[in-house]
Amino acid sequence: MASVAAIDETETFRAEARDWLAANFPASLKGTDNAMSAIDGPSEETADQRAWREAIGEKGWGVPIWPRQYGGGGLSRAEARVLQEEMARIGAYNPIGGMGVMMFGPTLLEYGTEAQKQEHIPAIAKGEVRWCQGYSEPGAGSDLAALQTFAEDKGDHYLVNGQKTWTSGGQWADKCFALVRTDKSKKHEGISFLLIDMDAPGVEVKPIRLISGSSPFCETFFTNVKVPKENLVGREGEGWTIGKRLLQHERSSLSGGGGSAGRLLAGKPVSELAKEYRGTDGEGRLADTDLRSRIVRHEMDQRAFMMTLRRAALEAKTNQGPSAATSIMKNVGARITQDKAELGIEIMGMNGLGWEGEGFSEAELNQTRTWLWGKAVSIYGGSSEIQNNVIAKRILGMLDHQ
Amino acid sequence: MAVLNDEQVMLRDMAREWADHESPVAAFRRLRNAATGVGHDPQAWNSVGQMGWAGVVVPEEYGGSAFGYLSLGLVIEQLGRNLSATPLASTGPAATAIAMGEDEGAKAEWLPRIADGSVIATLAIDEGPVHGDQAYSARVEDGRLSGTKAFVAEGDGAALFVVAATDGLYLVADGEGVSRRTRAMADARSHADVVFDGAPAIRLGGPELTAAIVDRATILITAEMLGMAEAAFATTNDYLKTRVQFGQPLSTFQALQHRMAKQFTELELMRSVVEGALEAIDAGRSDIDQTASLAKAVASETLKLVSREMVQLHGGIGMTDEHDAGLYLKRSAVLEAMWGNAAYHRDRFARLNGY
Repeated sequence: MASVAAIDETETFRAEARDWLAANFPASLKGTDNAMSAIDGPSEETADQRAWREAIGEKGWGVPIWPRQYGGGGLSRAEARVLQEEMARIGAYNPIGGMGVMMFGPTLLEYGTEAQKQEHIPAIAKGEVRWCQGYSEPGAGSDLAALQTFAEDKGDHYLVNGQKTWTSGGQWADKCFALVRTDKSKKHEGISFLLIDMDAPGVEVKPIRLISGSSPFCETFFTNVKVPKENLVGREGEGWTIGKRLLQHERSSLSGGGGSAGRLLAGKPVSELAKEYRGTDGEGRLADTDLRSRIVRHEMDQRAFMMTLRRAALEAKTNQGPSAATSIMKNVGARITQDKAELGIEIMGMNGLGWEGEGFSEAELNQTRTWLWGKAVSIYGGSSEIQNNVIAKRILGMLDHQ
Repeated sequence: MAVLNDEQVMLRDMAREWADHESPVAAFRRLRNAATGVGHDPQAWNSVGQMGWAGVVVPEEYGGSAFGYLSLGLVIEQLGRNLSATPLASTGPAATAIAMGEDEGAKAEWLPRIADGSVIATLAIDEGPVHGDQAYSARVEDGRLSGTKAFVAEGDGAALFVVAATDGLYLVADGEGVSRRTRAMADARSHADVVFDGAPAIRLGGPELTAAIVDRATILITAEMLGMAEAAFATTNDYLKTRVQFGQPLSTFQALQHRMAKQFTELELMRSVVEGALEAIDAGRSDIDQTASLAKAVASETLKLVSREMVQLHGGIGMTDEHDAGLYLKRSAVLEAMWGNAAYHRDRFARLNGY
């Protein structure tokens, strides 16, 4: 139970947040969102969008709980929640995002040197530098520790050679945080965490076209790329530990902690869509009883998931540690996302499978792409099968099968 | 686990400890083998009364503690883990029916005795084998109730019945015009058909009260289901770690690990909807009906999954009467059907949401 004094404090902050947002959020942007820019790529900023990004970046409220000394907002979690509520209330989006915010920033704050934090964190907080992730390789997917990209010690620098794949947003990124091998004799302990400039000579990026038609991922090739030694985060051989910590940030943001729960609820509920496309019987029930039954299962699943997110957040707050429930979030979030899209195309019939051009509504064309893009959700950030391995071993204490 | 206050933490821990020491599954097995015909454990019920758990949802002025439904649910969950045979999930909503009801005399007469465990009260609602939205045919004329109620939980030992009639909810004490016939069921718990033939009845409220009480009863058994599912799952997980085949513990096989991970995932979702529904009652929310249907549908599916997997993953031993898996399986199936199965609650959830 929060104390009365603490409640008063957050309410004082609410007034402050409200005033600042009123003065700085351009009315023309109300209700717009740039959440999809991570997938579709950055579009040309309008003057208002730029002004908003610079204003919130200057204030540090794009990364509200990061320390103020590195350009963050320095807010408490309670204050950050109030800020989020106030932004939602006026239809304001957070333009500061991407992998720097979701994954790299929190990890560097934990493991970086003072100089590294000073160099990189403020630029992320202002939304000035885009980061991409160099983890997966053609031969290292679920078995990530099999990665082969090699960073050879050349005295004052490393010489990096190898290939990364599934580099999200690689074609738009300024910098890459990568797992590289510094020791070929040890599997996990031979891995290090290295920061690489994407415009360094020898870095080549090729977008990968997906089944949805978009190219949010790239193949990234490193050929004799020189990387200064000060770009090593942590010690040599500590990369696996740091990289895993970063994946925890990734999973919590992919499963809903970072706002994708909101996206699950965004748009029309499937039941509404079905009523519109398929009609109802005399008593207002969806006429297709088989479809109706599957829609209820889905909507109940979604409700249960939302209640679990809330429960896990409350538990984390009161128990000062992550709740066991967090381990299920990625898989359940993925299944709900995919079920929703599958139901969507089924409800729309042929109109839910349009590719482009006339004859389809915007929503219908979106439905096709959302459905296809959604197949990635159970693969990236640790596939559903890997998540199940993690639950079995870490939570249930079942023994290793290898 | 929901966020609990100090009283709730204490209550939960006490219930857990009591169930493990005083009411293990072996106690239920002894009760079943003794075939007393009562269908609950009188000694255990006596302890429950002494510890005040029968009064957790009874108002303080009538001798209860008024801790609320989340608190009662926590106790029922702990007892459910060990299949403790107490009528707690029946007396709770029956007490609430009287407390929410319009008869002050009934409150003063019965609530203190429910709170101290000396009277077992239960709900007599359904008139057939499948819970649904059918109209009730039981009628009241000149203060006397007539009709037959089917599969009344704790019907054998109950001294007080909260009965649904065409025009609302009534209170009938055992005695004149009340007769019962035990229905021996797979779960070896108490179920009885109860015939009311001109039994003196006190009016508690209209059909809205009936609906409100059925929702509470529904939510409470999901707490028992949660405890059962957790315990069944833990037993299976332990077994997989000890049973060796092909020279290694079964828990090392990935095919089995993923089936366990799937159950764990569903269990976490189940806990959220069950606790959420209990909290909705305490908060007096307007959508208790929806949360009840959500909780019961999810609880039924999840307990079904976990109890069937318990039998399958134990292999042959799980098929024997000697093993506890069968006890969980049989009680599961009864609770899945009680107060409406998953299909009924999905349909109701859809209707409540306008589709």
